[in-house]
Amino acid sequence: MVSLNAYLILGAILFSIGAVGVFTRRNVLIIYMCIELMLNAVNLTFIAFSRFLNNMNGHVFVFMIMTVAAAEAAVGLAIIISVFRNKETIYVDDINLSKG
Amino acid sequence: MQLLMFYIFGLGAVLSATLMVTNIKPVTAAMNLIMTMFFLAGIYVLLDAHLIAALQIIVYAGAIMVLFLFVILLLNVHEKEGETARRKVVIQFGSIAIVGSLFIIIAHLAVIYPSAVKVITDTAYEFGTTKAVGKMLFTDFLLPFEIASFLLLAAIVGAVILAKRRIDDSE
Repeated sequence: MVSLNAYLILGAILFSIGAVGVFTRRNVLIIYMCIELMLNAVNLTFIAFSRFLNNMNGHVFVFMIMTVAAAEAAVGLAIIISVFRNKETIYVDDINLSKG
Repeated sequence: MQLLMFYIFGLGAVLSATLMVTNIKPVTAAMNLIMTMFFLAGIYVLLDAHLIAALQIIVYAGAIMVLFLFVILLLNVHEKEGETARRKVVIQFGSIAIVGSLFIIIAHLAVIYPSAVKVITDTAYEFGTTKAVGKMLFTDFLLPFEIASFLLLAAIVGAVILAKRRIDDSE
């Protein structure tokens, strides 16, 4: 039997990889993929807790997170397309619309 | 057995996630993310979350990543056309054939050795099955479920409005 800690550590590792990717990569598409990876890591934590607490509410949470991820992917990719149409680039260094 | 599967799936997930972050080409990164999601689906099965494992493959690896690949295809910035060497095509078809035949071999093994595949017939234990999760979704969590459908509708409308080309842009 695999312990709860093992699943939590795996989720933490995946989340950290995703966070590092968000901070280090400059390609908007890969940043989006890293966000998806972080959502997946959170899903893993929910499922692990739900299994070990023997309570199925976590599965419903994961269902909702998947819905939000799908909506976010659709809207985000639409934004990327429209930015690319105006700026001809997908690298975040060249996209500073709000002069941040 | 369970520990071994956990290590295989976990190491695979971490490895392919690292490959995704370090890869330069977006297509390769997307393929590695799909790989990560398949490994995570395996871990969900270990955790008795059968419905979520199926949804992970269908929704994440199937729908969301195909959307990503479509956008990568649309925004194909740097790669040039017509450079696909014959060797590359052979490698691509070869890998597809190998993966497909692996699936066929595994399916046949399950038919030949039925004892290798454990079929759970105990219906009293229904943690994480479609029936149990669906019952929860449509009774206790009915309002969040309906709100999720509205969210999806709003996302569809937003995506169409954001991505469509305005009429006065074209001239």
